[in-house]
Amino acid sequence: MNFELTEERQMLQDGLRRYLRESYTPTLRAELAESDHGYAQNVWSGLAEMGVIGALFDEEIGGFAGSGFDIAVVFEELGRVGAVDPLIDTAILGGGLIAALGNEAQKQIIEAVIDGSIQLAFAHGEPSSRYDLSRIEATATRHGDEFILNGRKAVVINAPAADHIVVSARTSGDAADRDGISLFLVSASNPGMTLRSYPLVSGCQAAELLLEDVRLGSDALLGGEGGAFEAITHTQARATLAISAEALGLMESIRELTNDYLKTRKQFGKPIGKFQALQHRMADVLIEIEQARSAVINLAGHIDAPAEIREKHVSATKNLIGNVAKLVTEESIQMHGGIGMTDEYELGHLAKRLIMVDHRFGDAIYHLERFIALAVA
Amino acid sequence: MDLNYTDEQKAFRDEVRSYLAEKLPARLVEKVRLGKTLTKQDHEEWHAILNERGWLAGNWPKTFGGAGWDAVQRHIFEDEMTRAAAPRIVPFGLGMLGPVLQKFGSKAQQDHYLPRILSGDDWWCQGYSEPGAGSDLASVRTTAERDGDDYIVNGQKTWTTLGQHANMIFCLVRTSKEGKPQEGISFLLIDMNSPGVKVRPIVLIDGEPEVNEVFFDDVRVPVENRVGEENKGWTYAKYLLTHERTNIAGVGFANAGLENLKRIARLERANGRPLIENPHFAARIARVEIDLMAMSTTNLRVVSKAAAGQAPGAESSMLKIKGTVIRQEINALTRSAVGPYAMPFASEALEDGSNLGPVGPDYAETATAQYLNNRKLSIFGGSNEIQRAIISKAILEL
Ligand SMILES: Cc1cc2nc3c(=O)[nH]c(=O)nc-3n(C[C@H](O)[C@H](O)[C@H](O)COP(=O)(O)OP(=O)(O)OC[C@H]3O[C@@H](n4cnc5c(N)ncnc54)[C@H](O)[C@@H]3O)c2cc1C
Ligand SMILES: Cc1cc2nc3c(=O)[nH]c(=O)nc-3n(C[C@H](O)[C@H](O)[C@H](O)COP(=O)(O)OP(=O)(O)OC[C@H]3O[C@@H](n4cnc5c(N)ncnc54)[C@H](O)[C@@H]3O)c2cc1C
Repeated sequence: MNFELTEERQMLQDGLRRYLRESYTPTLRAELAESDHGYAQNVWSGLAEMGVIGALFDEEIGGFAGSGFDIAVVFEELGRVGAVDPLIDTAILGGGLIAALGNEAQKQIIEAVIDGSIQLAFAHGEPSSRYDLSRIEATATRHGDEFILNGRKAVVINAPAADHIVVSARTSGDAADRDGISLFLVSASNPGMTLRSYPLVSGCQAAELLLEDVRLGSDALLGGEGGAFEAITHTQARATLAISAEALGLMESIRELTNDYLKTRKQFGKPIGKFQALQHRMADVLIEIEQARSAVINLAGHIDAPAEIREKHVSATKNLIGNVAKLVTEESIQMHGGIGMTDEYELGHLAKRLIMVDHRFGDAIYHLERFIALAVA
Repeated sequence: MDLNYTDEQKAFRDEVRSYLAEKLPARLVEKVRLGKTLTKQDHEEWHAILNERGWLAGNWPKTFGGAGWDAVQRHIFEDEMTRAAAPRIVPFGLGMLGPVLQKFGSKAQQDHYLPRILSGDDWWCQGYSEPGAGSDLASVRTTAERDGDDYIVNGQKTWTTLGQHANMIFCLVRTSKEGKPQEGISFLLIDMNSPGVKVRPIVLIDGEPEVNEVFFDDVRVPVENRVGEENKGWTYAKYLLTHERTNIAGVGFANAGLENLKRIARLERANGRPLIENPHFAARIARVEIDLMAMSTTNLRVVSKAAAGQAPGAESSMLKIKGTVIRQEINALTRSAVGPYAMPFASEALEDGSNLGPVGPDYAETATAQYLNNRKLSIFGGSNEIQRAIISKAILEL
């Protein structure tokens, strides 16, 4: 048993922490609000130069790590500063699916992902699919050598910035079937694809995608026809780990911020941290964050386990993270009083980012039900 | 024990209901239902309609132009208002300052200000809190120094709700540094157009500039604008807070929120079935509904005591805590219910004049903003921690 980071990961963590602290200045936050796609190109390039994107891919494909604990280390650090860089979308989801399913030609893209020169997104969820991975109604029909895609994709994060979008569509089967889902690598400039872009509560941007006769050559098909579900599930497990680790980093920063505030804010002639009513609640927050840390470790340690075991951990971790995120967000705002309600104070962005974690890759209730099916019933 | 309204009360309820059905503009209902930000004009329009009927100031005695209702009638009225999705009555002049002036104001102040509150000529805001004086309100530091027939006011107020619309502010100011902090506070009415008053908006986490900082730099305020005696402002301030705490439970808002939540949960689909059929989600709704049913009755118990002339004391602290926790839970469940469509940031969606349709379903558009905004419920008007301290002291004698 050893819960220490390896030397390489320790170095990655230290370097990344320093880099993000220096990059995510208050002025950057203000600039991001005005930027084209909600994140800073120079911060992104810096991450690539440091090897952070490469750390999310394994060596076979040109990366240098890619295990569960690498993901956990990177995303916890991103969470600490409330980073909005679309690393989940470009590297874990888009890049992860291409790495898992792509042919040699398609895999060429990964090099450009790792060196920071391109952006990706994964267009899977639809207006009525909520969190169900198999509820896909968009269709891909074969016409000779071509596929023609039609349908709608909902809340596709980073689509406005993406050069290529991995789009799922049904080549056979009914709306909720696991079989029959195919993936396609679509250039953002494809004329059949229309984006309605908008900002997110958590920062960064997303778009609604309208697919109207999106014509693709058969070389756009990613992996076998109709058999993408397995890879999608595994990739979503990695994304769930990433967002859970990010949530953990957010929680740590929020707790530190709140702790400091309790020591400095005075009412009734003393620091409010001297009131036991608040002390006990901070203690509970601390306990729950330690639970969150262990849940992230559980998932990181099982991310490449057989699907049955892995998925049990996915749901356990995401359920716990969702519940703790709500507690930490609400308690930290409450204990700050009025200042906790303001957009300008640092807590605002961190708290919003943390509460939004529950709306991606399944919320606490969704994963509770899923955990019951996988492990209890 | 009889849980039902009397015939008279029922008749009153029907009268209110049919008036609202007839007079409440559909445009305003739509905005309230979708959780949009109401403009100053929206509020003024609705106030004017109620004022025409003599129902704008339900809590004021008839002699001052109010409706003179008892606590049960006021409860019925508020309940019907929220049921109909009417804009809430902006409380600063009507609910807060009005009663203070009626009890402690001079005849001249009553004659001048009360009609202007009803007519909408004045929009008041509340200048209690300061950066250093939140829960510990008695530590206010904004000073008012006598200079002939004027006070000269210096300092800063903050969290001033809708101060951007206001032309008048009632303030707690320090007129003496002797004795206990509570004993050196006076209650001043300040014209916000006076030289030296500056208002700076504060954007809240939902993206809306709902509150403000108000700065006073050598602002001259005539002594006649002081309510009651010098250094007795704390008494008036506390009197006002007891009025601020009536209808604190927000039962009507909770009921409306619960209904909306159920409607959304019927429309949203999880796993191909209505979300409301999901036993885990349904159980969460059930828990909050059960809590709300009991709380409504607690509220009525307090209301009928008040109607019988007993001033609510620490009971209002119970209602504040329970009421806000229930409303916040409803907001949290509503945010959960809309799923991934809770993520788009729809700042312009809260405002008028946006001609873009919603990104997802219309009911999803403001779910996150409302959740975030209503975190304030347990912070303002005496935080829930302060309310618990009041209960411990006043009821439990700890
Ligand atoms: C089943 C059982 C087995 C035990 N076995 C042993 C044993 O083998 N050996 C032994 O030495 N003792 C034993 N104890 C005693 C145990 O350690 C004490 O009960 C414990 O320390 C609490 O002390 P108390 O019962 O005097 O309660 P008190 O200390 O009077 O506490 C009463 C309540 O006040 C709270 N409280 C006290 N101080 C504070 C504070 N500063 N802030 C907030 N809340 C406070 C407590 O949390 C508690 O809720 C046992 C007790 C039980 C119930
Ligand atoms: C949206 C909004 C609108 C508002 N509108 C107005 C307005 O129009 N006019 C106005 O005057 N004010 C207004 N307020 C201010 C509001 O009344 C204060 O925010 C409130 O009194 C809390 O003060 P504070 O923010 O300074 O927090 P603090 O008093 O600093 O409290 C911080 C935390 O410490 C806790 N705490 C403080 N003292 C104790 C204690 N003794 N024991 C245990 N816990 C304690 C609090 O409960 C809170 O959790 C508004 C606030 C908000 C958020």
